[in-house]
Amino acid sequence: MSDLLIKGGRVIDPANGLDAVMDLLIERGRIARVGRKLESAAKRVIDAKGLWVTPGLVDMHVHLREPGYEYKETIASGSAAAAAGGFTSVACMANTNPVNDCGQITEFIVETARREAVVNVFPVGACTMGLKGEALANIGEMAAAGAVALSDDGRCAMNAQVMRKAMEYGAMFNLTTLVHAEDHNLTQGGVMNEGAVSAALGLRGQPAAAEEAIIARDIQIAEYLKLPVHFCHVSTAGAVELVRRAKERGVKVTAEAAPHHFTLTDEALKGYNTNAKMAPPLRTRADMEALRAGIAEGTMDAIATDHAPHSVIEKEVEFDQAAYGIVGLETALPLALALVREAGVAPARLIESLTARPAAILAIERGTLTENAAADVTIIDPGREWTVDPALFKSKGRNTPFGGWTARGRAMFTIVGGKIVHELKEQQA
Amino acid sequence: MSERELYRKRLVSMADLTPAHITRILDTARVMKGISERDVKKAPTLRGRTVINFFAEPSTRTRTSFEIAGKRLSADVINISAAGSSLSKGESLKDMVGNLRAMNPDLLVVRHGASGAPEMISRWVDCTVVNAGDGRHEHPTQCLLDLMTVREKKGTLEGLNVSIVGDIANSRVARSNLIGMRAMGMKVTVCGPATLLPPRAGEMADRVTSRIEEAVEGADVVMMLRIQTERMEGANFPNIREYSRMYCLTAERMKRAARGALVLHPGPVNLGVEIAPDVAEGPWSVILDQVTYGVAVRMAILYLLLGGGLPEQ
Amino acid sequence: MAENHASVILNAQKQRQIITRMAHEVVERNRNLDDFVIVGIVTRGAVLARRLARELKRITKRDIPVGELDPTLYRDDFKRTGALLGAKPTEIPFSVDDKTALLVDDVLFTGRTVNAAMAHLFDIGRPKRIQLAVLIDRGHRELPIRPDSCGKNVPTQYVEKIRVRFKECDGRDVVLSGLAGSAE
Repeated sequence: MSDLLIKGGRVIDPANGLDAVMDLLIERGRIARVGRKLESAAKRVIDAKGLWVTPGLVDMHVHLREPGYEYKETIASGSAAAAAGGFTSVACMANTNPVNDCGQITEFIVETARREAVVNVFPVGACTMGLKGEALANIGEMAAAGAVALSDDGRCAMNAQVMRKAMEYGAMFNLTTLVHAEDHNLTQGGVMNEGAVSAALGLRGQPAAAEEAIIARDIQIAEYLKLPVHFCHVSTAGAVELVRRAKERGVKVTAEAAPHHFTLTDEALKGYNTNAKMAPPLRTRADMEALRAGIAEGTMDAIATDHAPHSVIEKEVEFDQAAYGIVGLETALPLALALVREAGVAPARLIESLTARPAAILAIERGTLTENAAADVTIIDPGREWTVDPALFKSKGRNTPFGGWTARGRAMFTIVGGKIVHELKEQQA
Repeated sequence: MSERELYRKRLVSMADLTPAHITRILDTARVMKGISERDVKKAPTLRGRTVINFFAEPSTRTRTSFEIAGKRLSADVINISAAGSSLSKGESLKDMVGNLRAMNPDLLVVRHGASGAPEMISRWVDCTVVNAGDGRHEHPTQCLLDLMTVREKKGTLEGLNVSIVGDIANSRVARSNLIGMRAMGMKVTVCGPATLLPPRAGEMADRVTSRIEEAVEGADVVMMLRIQTERMEGANFPNIREYSRMYCLTAERMKRAARGALVLHPGPVNLGVEIAPDVAEGPWSVILDQVTYGVAVRMAILYLLLGGGLPEQ
Repeated sequence: MAENHASVILNAQKQRQIITRMAHEVVERNRNLDDFVIVGIVTRGAVLARRLARELKRITKRDIPVGELDPTLYRDDFKRTGALLGAKPTEIPFSVDDKTALLVDDVLFTGRTVNAAMAHLFDIGRPKRIQLAVLIDRGHRELPIRPDSCGKNVPTQYVEKIRVRFKECDGRDVVLSGLAGSAE
C-alpha cells in the first residue's frame, strides 16, 4: 500500500519539463510515479483539483539564528515557518554565534536539524573565520560535516584576495561562494537606499554603486578563475545588468532575488518603518522592475527570502539603530506568485526559481519530482486570498513590512520525504 | 481635519503643515511677541497644561526657547535631558517614552539625535508631539522662526530669493526650510561643496550650486549653516581653511546680494569660519531677531496645537 | 441681502444717535477727562471705541488715546468651546497705569469676555479705575459684571444671535438679531 496519492493537480516540474494535470504517487518517502489517472490504494488521497503540485520549494538563503540567538529564531521554529510557507529545504547562513566557521558548528546545526526540524536544513559555512574577511574558515571540515556552500553573508570581504582564495579553496569541495555584495566603505553609516527618499528622511544612504562595485569585482575574479560565484539578494538594476552580461559571455555566475526587493521600493521606509530596513536596502521602482524582468528571463536564477528574524528589541528602536532584515519564509510564496500575474513570469519559470535552480546552485538533490527522488512536494493554491497576520507566524520573528497585506496564493500542503509537515486547516483560511 | 485646523496636529515635519497653517502660525506668533514685550510677560492661556521638553541630545537655545514659550503661556514645563534620563542608563527609547506617556503630558517636545525619532514617538503616545530637531531630518520650529523673521523684516515671503549655504546634506535646518520656504513661494538655492550636498539635491531645491558667489548673487535672504568642523575635516573637504576661503560669507561677497538683503544663521555661529564677524554683526544680520521670534513662534505652536488652532466658526 | 430670518434692532441712524448719547454719558460720568483712555475689545468693540473717541473729541475738543485688546489668550473656556478664534494683536500704545480706562465692547452677554479683557488689562498695567461701555446688553450674565454705559438693553433668548455691524469693517451700520444660523 502506498503512502500518499495526490490526484488531479497541475503538476509543474521544471527540471523535467512537466506542466500538466496529473496524479502523483508517493511511496516510502520517495516519488513513486507521476502520471495520468493513477490508481492505487493509498493511505491518504489528496484531491488537488485546481491546485499546483510542485517540487518542494527550496529557499537557499535563510537565517535560523541557532546557535546563539535563539530568542530570535531556532532551527525548530525557523523550519516550522519554512513548512508553513511551502518550503521543504532551506540553506541557513553562517552568521550565528558562534559563527559557523568550523566543523563542530556545522555538525551542531545538522544534528539539531535532524532532531527538531520538520524540513531539510542545509548549513552554509562561513568563508572566513568569524566572518571577518581575513583568514579562511575551516572549509574542509565544514564540507565534511555537511556544509553545502560558503558565505560570509551579512558581511563582504573588502580584500579581493580573500574572496579569490575562498572561491578557489571552496571549489576543491564543490562549494560555491555566495556573495553578499556590499562595499562597506561606500555604505558606511548608510541605513537605506541613497536617493530622494533618504534625502527627505534625513537618513544616510547606501548607493547602488556599493553593491554593483563588488559584483563587478567578483565577476572578474570568477571569470579569471573559471569558477562559479553566486550573488545573494541582488537589489539594483545595475547589478542585474552586470550579471546578465557576465552570463552572456559564459561566466559561471548565478544570482538570487528576494521577494521584498521585487515587491517594495524605498518609499516603504517613509514614516521610519524599521520593518522595511534591510541589507541590501529597498531600492527604487526602476530597480524593482529590473529584478522582475531578471526573474522572468532567468538572469536572476533563484528567488530566496533572506529570512532574517529579529525581536522587537532590535526593531522598535531609533531607525539608525534598528537591525537589518525581515522575516520572509511565510510571505514569499504569494509575493512570488504575484510575478505571474503582474510581471509576465511564466509559472514554470517561477517554480524553477523556487526549486530546481537553487537546488542546482547548492548541488543538493532536491527540487524535482523525478521518480525515486525524495518526496518533497508543495501543493499550492495560487488564487487563495488571505490576510498576513504576523501574530500567527510560526517564526519567532514578527518583523515584516507585509503585516495586514492581502496576499494571494498559499501553500496548502508541504510534504517532506513523503510526510505532511504542513497542512492548511480550513479555519486558518 | 480642515485645511486651517491645527489642534492636536503633530509637528514632526514642515510637510505636516499647509501654507494656510504656516500663515496662521506666523500671524499668531506676532500676537505672542506682544506678550514678550510687556512688563508682565505671561498670559494664563495654557494654565494647567503640561509640556514635557524631552531632549535626548544636548541643546541649550532650543530647549530654553521652548521652556520660555511654555512658561509665558502659563503651562507647566518639565525638562528631561538625555544626561539626566534613564536613556543614559541603557533604557530603550520606547520604554522611556512609555514612562513619559504615563505621566499624561499634553504635549511632548522632542529633540533626538536620530532622524525619525519624533515621528516614531508620535506613534507611541496619544499626546501632541513637536519635533525640536531630529538627527539630519528636520527642525520645523527653526524653519517657522526663520519664516517669521523674513516676513517681519521684508513684509512678505512670496517670490523672495533665498540661498542656504553650508552642509546641506547633514542639516535638518536646511531640510525644513527647503520644504517650508518653497511652500510659501520662495525660491531656494542650496550651496555647498559637492560632498555636502544631498543626493538628488536638484529635486529638493530650485537651484543647486557649489559657488557661493553664484548663490549670493541677487539673493534677498542668505542663510548660513554651522559647519561641524570636527567631523568634516579630511572627509568632506581638505581642511577648515579651505572651506572658509571658499564658503565664508564676507562683506565683500554680500555686495552681490539684493538691496536690503538679510543674513540668517540658526546658531551657534562659528565666527570666521562660515560667516565673517562684520557680516554676523553687520546691518544685514537678523541673527538675534531670530532668537526673539523663536520664542514667539514656539508660543504660537504650543497655543495652536493645544487648543487655539481649532477652525474658526 | 437676505434678511428674512433676522430682524433689525437698530438701523444706521438709530445706531449713530445712540453712540452720540453714550459719549455724552461718558462725559457726564467723567467730568475731568484727564488721565482717561479708551480700550476697545477686538474687533467691533475697537471700532465702537474709535467712534466714541471721535464723539468725545467733538464734544470736548480733546484727543482721547484709543487702544485695542484681544482677550482670547485670557479666556477661561480655552479648548472647551471648540470655537476659539485666532488670537489678534493687542495694541495699546500708551500706559494704562493710574488711568481711568473705558473698556468698550459691542455686545455684553455672559460677561466672560469682559472678565478676560480685564485680566488682560491688568497684565499690561494697573489702571486706577475701569469702566465698561457696550452698545447692546442682551442679558444672561454669568458673572457679576454690569455696564456703566449701555446703548440699548435687548432681552434675548440664550441661543439667539445679536450681530452688530459697522461700516468700518462690515460696510454698513446696523444691529440685527436672529436665531443661530439665520441668514443675515
